[in-house]
This record gives sequence, structure tokens and C-alpha cells, in this order.
Amino acid sequence: MRLLNNVAIFITLAVAYNLINGVCGQLHLGPNAFITLGAYTAALLTMTPAEKTLNFLVTPLYWPLSQATLPFPAALLAGGLVAVAFALLTGFPVFRVRGDYLAIVTLGFGEVVRVLANNLQGVTNGPLGLKGLYPYTNLWWSWGVAVAATAVVAALVNSSYGRALNAIREDETAAKAMGINTFRHLLGAYLLSAFFFGVGGGLLAHLITTISPSLFTFFLTFNLLIIIVVGGLGSTTGAILAAAGFTLAGEWLRIVEEPTAIFGFTIPGIPGMRMVILSLALLLVIIFCRRGLMGRREFSWAGLGRLLRGGLPGSVPGAGRP
Amino acid sequence: MDLLTFLQQLINGLSLGSLYALIAIGYTLVYGILRLINFAHGDLLMVAAYVAVMGVGLFSWPWPAAFGLAVGLTGLMGVLLERGAYRPLRRAPRISLLISAIAASFLLENLALVIYGGRAKPFPVPEMFTGAFVWGGLFVPRLSLIIPLVTGALLAGLFLIIYRTAVGRAMRAIASDLATVSLMGIDVNRIIAFTFLLGSLLAGAGGLLWAMKYPQVNPFMGILPGLKAFIAAVLGGIGNVTGAVLGGLLLGFLEVMIVAFFPAWAGYRDAVAFTLLIVLLLLRPTGLLGEALGEEKL
Amino acid sequence: MALLHTENLDMRFGGLSALEDLNLAVPAGGLYGLIGPNGAGKTTVFNLISGFLKPTGGRIVWDGEDVTGEPPHRLTDWGIARTFQNIRLFSDLSVLDNVLVGFHCRSHATWGEAVLRLPRYRREELDRRSRGLALLEEVGLAEAADQPAGKLPYGHQRRLEIARALATEPRCLLLDEPAAGLNPQETGDLISFIRGIQERYNLTILVIEHNLRLVMGLCQHLTVLDHGLTIAAGPPADIRKHPEVIRAYLGE
Ligand SMILES: Nc1ncnc2c1ncn2[C@@H]1O[C@H](COP(=O)(O)OP(=O)(O)OP(=O)(O)O)[C@@H](O)[C@H]1O
Ligand SMILES: [Mg+2]
Repeated sequence: MRLLNNVAIFITLAVAYNLINGVCGQLHLGPNAFITLGAYTAALLTMTPAEKTLNFLVTPLYWPLSQATLPFPAALLAGGLVAVAFALLTGFPVFRVRGDYLAIVTLGFGEVVRVLANNLQGVTNGPLGLKGLYPYTNLWWSWGVAVAATAVVAALVNSSYGRALNAIREDETAAKAMGINTFRHLLGAYLLSAFFFGVGGGLLAHLITTISPSLFTFFLTFNLLIIIVVGGLGSTTGAILAAAGFTLAGEWLRIVEEPTAIFGFTIPGIPGMRMVILSLALLLVIIFCRRGLMGRREFSWAGLGRLLRGGLPGSVPGAGRP
Repeated sequence: MDLLTFLQQLINGLSLGSLYALIAIGYTLVYGILRLINFAHGDLLMVAAYVAVMGVGLFSWPWPAAFGLAVGLTGLMGVLLERGAYRPLRRAPRISLLISAIAASFLLENLALVIYGGRAKPFPVPEMFTGAFVWGGLFVPRLSLIIPLVTGALLAGLFLIIYRTAVGRAMRAIASDLATVSLMGIDVNRIIAFTFLLGSLLAGAGGLLWAMKYPQVNPFMGILPGLKAFIAAVLGGIGNVTGAVLGGLLLGFLEVMIVAFFPAWAGYRDAVAFTLLIVLLLLRPTGLLGEALGEEKL
Repeated sequence: MALLHTENLDMRFGGLSALEDLNLAVPAGGLYGLIGPNGAGKTTVFNLISGFLKPTGGRIVWDGEDVTGEPPHRLTDWGIARTFQNIRLFSDLSVLDNVLVGFHCRSHATWGEAVLRLPRYRREELDRRSRGLALLEEVGLAEAADQPAGKLPYGHQRRLEIARALATEPRCLLLDEPAAGLNPQETGDLISFIRGIQERYNLTILVIEHNLRLVMGLCQHLTVLDHGLTIAAGPPADIRKHPEVIRAYLGE
């Protein structure tokens, strides 16, 4: 159950992340900032005033947040919108630069948001985080959002705007010469991805029910990066497959970090081993098969039909005839 | 705030700033040549610190031997990094190279986690580096004087190499135009490896100094100083060694002063660097002494 | 009145003066040439007119309006399209998509309409596709429509770049050394192709070219640059005899 919810949330996040990284080709390293904002916003809005008083023991929560309570869908939406507002604010410095600088600036957002979450005790409860959220996230919500995110992103990517974004990735100078306002286009993609990061964060918060700043470090971004690179930068289908695979494999890889008993021997868990394996995998994929699982290809019914009709690759039609 | 406290903070700022400067130079060297942020540069600090902990703590070597070995191995690690993670991608799209750099950084951190465990280890600071002078109310840790001195000495050595040797000339040539230099029969790979060696040796020295200043060693200790030093490099104008030193000092002073003047903001200290970076990008994207960032010539 | 003219245009890069005091007056319709030795500042002129560089002095006037310092995408909106000296296609996109990207700047549908596939977007997209295919037909790249642009032979890439620029519906087209790297046969084809589109779309075309014979035959008016200075301007017949031009090209 929890695993399936996780899969759906990671699909949402990965599809949004792939839009900005894979389709636009801008190495955005700050999704964790937006996910944090979405998670905290949604969480603060679903908690009842009584729960809030219980959580905020050290510094009381500021009014009006302390009184407001919204239904879950509205809280999710608010989480998405707060993330969008942050994206609007940060979009200007971000898209003044490209490449390495864009990467480091967006990485900085993650850090700044984490520092804020740790210090703005009157809003976030600081390092203690928020506990006892109601587990609103169920399969309907998580998969509903995943399907919606995928539909919206896929529709965008397959539209004239998606082509323009692809063009920016391929050659931004030429894209400008084609009359594309690259700033506006990149900002649009950035805002859309921020929205889904925010909503995904809200879902995540109400799945694990306890959130704290330490949950949303760069590590989270790194996981998403692995997913979209392995799936094939730029392929939405790849992002979905890899998100599902990663979440399931992550569960399985947990074994290497926990003590396991095999044939009566206890093998002690090795903390960090999972990440060693994952980062090594990322390194190998990026060096040896940069296009990942899907390249930039997408799933399509026509493609599936072709695959089935053509039989297995390598089988020559009519080869069996005398 | 009286003069004494101000002087005190100035000394603290100088020591932190020159440490940032030392690390920032490594970023700038590599960036100048490959136009690549070596994300794993910060983790090299950690490598140096762990090797020293092993040498002094585990094998009870005299500290000069352990420290020398630590710096040397860190240099080698940098070269290895270039061979393994960056060279295969030199002709690949930028985004791949950056991702590879991030992956390498995570790999180093988590390898350290697997080998040494997650618990922070105390760093055995040699006696020579401990203690402090007290001058009429001014408290000056010995290390606060040693760090700027070491940074200055290494910087002088670096300038000698860059401006007085054939390798240095080749480095400067590559920094200004990689494509042409490859045509001139210079072994570009050798020079790039040498640059990584230099940058990583400096990171090794920086790592040891950092570990003595904050005498705790853990697998993730390099991340924050690494990021901040990188920002210092950008602040000064990346690719420019003098700029890196200036940026490092500036950032060091600023962090120390903010905490000193506004103690309530101490928790935001780590956000200072990034805020500075964002403001800088809005106002003067070239950094203090640098060329335009990432702009492409048509 | 001139469709495009520049007044005392200056461009300095640090200490280097790449262009000084350029005064162009390009009337609407016809083919104009910009020639000069390597490093004369020709591409710099294009970068200025198309907004990729901001001049350090002087003005650019397009159709009676001052467009100095406008960003590239705005100038494309105004009707100035260009190609690049070193071909810059969207290599991983298909040939057809390259052209469709060109049409994008003329579309009115918003992001929302595109995502929801509302009628206006659908109409525009259908229209784009049919016109894109027609354009490819016209430049002789229809069979290659679904191939990645980067896989095309060199000569075809040059054509595709021009077709892509045409898709932005320009009134003025800037071609930066369109014949570079082509063999004589391809060059001949290209010349008649450029003439063809000039007439069909009633374009004003500004061409940079190294090959003197080519521009002399193609253009009715030439401007000659050397070291950023305009050393001659006039019809090809005069330029051919101009002593400064001969010296710039043949050396002392
Ligand atoms: N972005 C830039 N920054 C610095 N210098 C530049 C820049 N663009 C051009 N230059 C310089 O300006 C001068 C003119 O260059 P330009 O590209 O306009 O010449 P060109 O006439 O197109 O030459 P070619 O025939 O080789 O294409 C050259 O010396 C060049 O190095
Ligand atoms: Mg040129």
C-alpha cells in the first residue's frame, strides 16, 4: 500500500523533474526546496488548531496559520501554489544564468529553504518538524495526481510549446533566432514543475505523517536525478518506468543496509551501501549509456503495434520461407 | 560593539576567509580549464581528513608523515576522479558532465560512510596547532594565524607554477582556448590531469586545516565548505585565482561579521553564501573580477 | 525609405573595435551582399541586427522604428530572421520539427490552450503542419521530414536552416555564408534557391559571402568591410574595380 503510494508520488515528482531537466535541458538541482514548501504548506493547512498547539510547544505558530484548517485537496492545491509562488520569485535570478551556475543556484534554494525551515520556528516548528499528520494520502489521491501530472506534462511536451522547449535544450541561441522568448518558456516549464513538486510534497507529507527539514535534503533531489537519468533524460515514459523501478528497487536495496540472517549467519547491515550502489549506477549510466532506458523515445500505441507486428527485433519477416 | 571585539572578529574572519580562499582556488583552477564545477571537490577535504585520522589515530604515525600522506593521496584521488568520471564525458553534453560530477561526489561520501561509519570522529589536532595567544584581551588561536600563513605560502607556490613554468603556461593557454591548444601539440590530457592534481592537493591542505579548525570528521563534512568555497570562487569571478582569494576572504568576513553583529541570525549563517550568490547573479553576473558567466560567443 | 538602416553603428569588444561607424541602408526587396576578409566584422553586423549583441554606439532602424537593443526573439517577431555561419540546427529534433519550431513564434494559443488541446490550438497546429510539410516540399526535404536534422547531409542542413528561418515568416532574411562548405554543384543550386525564395516571398535578403564571384552574380548591391570599417559600397560592377577592395582582398 505504502509502496504503491510511494511509486505514484515519485512518478509525479519525476515527471515534473524531467520536464525541466530532460525536456528543457536545464540542470535544476532544487526540487527538494519546492517539495519542502509543498509539504509544509499542505501539512500546516490540514492540521487542526488543537494539533498545532500540540506540535508547536517551543514557539507558538503564527496566526492566522494557527487557526486555519482546510480540506485535504485544498491544502494540496495550496502547497502547489506556494511552490509556484516561490518559483516565480526565484525564476528571475535562476534564468539569468545557465549550465553550471543554474545548477548551483538552484542547489542553493534547497539549502536556503532547509535553513529557513530549521530556523523559522514560528512557522515550521524548526528541527522538530510536524508530527501526527492525518494520513490523508491514499491510492486514489496519489495515483490521481500522478495520472494528472503525467497527462498535463505529456500534453505540454507534445505541443508546440514542448517543441520550443526541446529547441531551447538543443540550441538556445538558435531558439532565440526562431523568435522564442526563451526566458518566458523556461519560466513556464519551471512554474509547472514547481506546482507538481509542491503537490507531490503535500502528498508525501500526508503519507509519512511526520515531516522535518532533514527529510528534504539534496539527497531527495539526487534520487530524482537518478530516476530521470536512468529513465532517459527527456522521456516522460522513461521517467515513469524508472520512478516505479527505483521505488521498488529502493525497497529491495534496503536489505543491504539492514542486518539480514541467511542460513543462520547474521550479516550486519552496511549503512551507506545503498547509496554507494545507486551513485555508482548513476555514474555508469551517465558514462556508458547516456541515453538511459528510453533515450528520448516515448510510449505510443502505434509504436507498440509496430513492435508487436514486427515481432522480436532481429527476426526477419519471411526468413523461414524456402 | 567595541574595537576589541571588532578586531577579534576580524581575526576570525581572516582565518575562515583564507580557508575558503584555499578551497576556492581548487574550484577556480579546474573551472578555468574545463569549464566544469567539480562537485566532488568539497569531498576531497573529507578524504584528506580521514586519511589523517587513520594515519595519526590508527597507525600512530608522526603527524607530518600522516598529513603529507593525506595531502598526497587527496591529490591522487583528484586525478583519479578526472580519469574516471570526467574525462570519458569531455565531449558529452554539459548536463551529463555535471551529473557525473554529482554522482562522483555522492559516491565518495557514501564510500566513506561505508568504510568509516556515520559517526563523527574526533580529529587528532597536533599540539603545534593548538593553543592561543592572548594579547590584551584579544584571543588569537594559533591556528587562526597558521591558516592565513599556509594559504599565503601555497598561493605563492601556485603563482610560481602558473606563471613561471612550462606547465603553467600550458595551463593558461588551455584556459583561454582549449580547441586551439589541442592543435598545437600540447598533451591536453596531461595538463588537465596536472591541474586536477594541483587543485586536489590544495583541497587536501584545506581539508586538514578545516579538520583542525572544526576538529570533527564525518563523511559529509566536505559538502558545505565545498559549496561555500565554490560560491566564493564565483563571487571573485570564476577562473580567476586572485578573484577566488578575494571572494573567499569576503565570504569569510561576511559570515563571521553577520553572526557577530546579529547573534539572533546565527542560524541563518549557512544561507548567507547562497543569498549572496543570488544577489550577485542579479546585479553583476561576472563576479568581482571575472568574465561573463557561461555566455557563448556566436 | 529603407526597410532597414543602421546609423553610425559601433561595436567594441573590450579593446577590440570589431565594427566602426557602419551606415547601411537596405531598401525593401532584393539581394544585398556584405563582404570582407576574415575577421572584418561581417558576422558582428548580423549579430547586431538580429539582437544577439547590443551595439556600443549607433542605432538600428527597422521599418521606421528604432529597434536598437531589442532582444533577438522580438526582432524575429518584427520580421528579421537569420541563419548562422556554423549551422545551428536542433540536431536531435526531426527535420519537420525544426521547421515547426520556426512557426511557433506566430502562434496565438496559450500554454493552457495547448495543454488542453482547445480548438484554437488544434487549428493552429494543423495549419502549422500542413504549411511545414509544404515548405519542406519546396526546399526538397520532404522525404527526410522524420529524420533527425543532425543526420542530414551538410548541404541539406544548410537548406533546412534557411527553411526554418522562412517558417518565422520574415520580411528580411540574413544569411551568414550560406555557401560555405558546399561544392560548386551545390553552390549553383543554392544560388537559384535563394533567388527563388527572394522572389516568391518578396524578401529582402542580406547575404554574407566569402566567394566573391558568387555575391557579384547574386546581389545588386554590396558593402565591403575590412577591420570593422566600411571601405566601399555600391553595385558589384563598381566594387570589382574599387582599389581599396582589391587591396583588402589581395593584400598589398
Ligand atoms: N562575442 C565576441 N567577443 C569578442 N570578440 C568578438 C566577438 N565576436 C566577434 N569578435 C571579434 O570581432 C572581430 C570580427 O568578427 P566577425 O565574426 O564579425 O568577423 P567575420 O567578418 O564574420 O569573419 P569570418 O569571415 O571569419 O566569419 C573578430 O576579431 C572577432 O574575434
Ligand atoms: Mg563571420
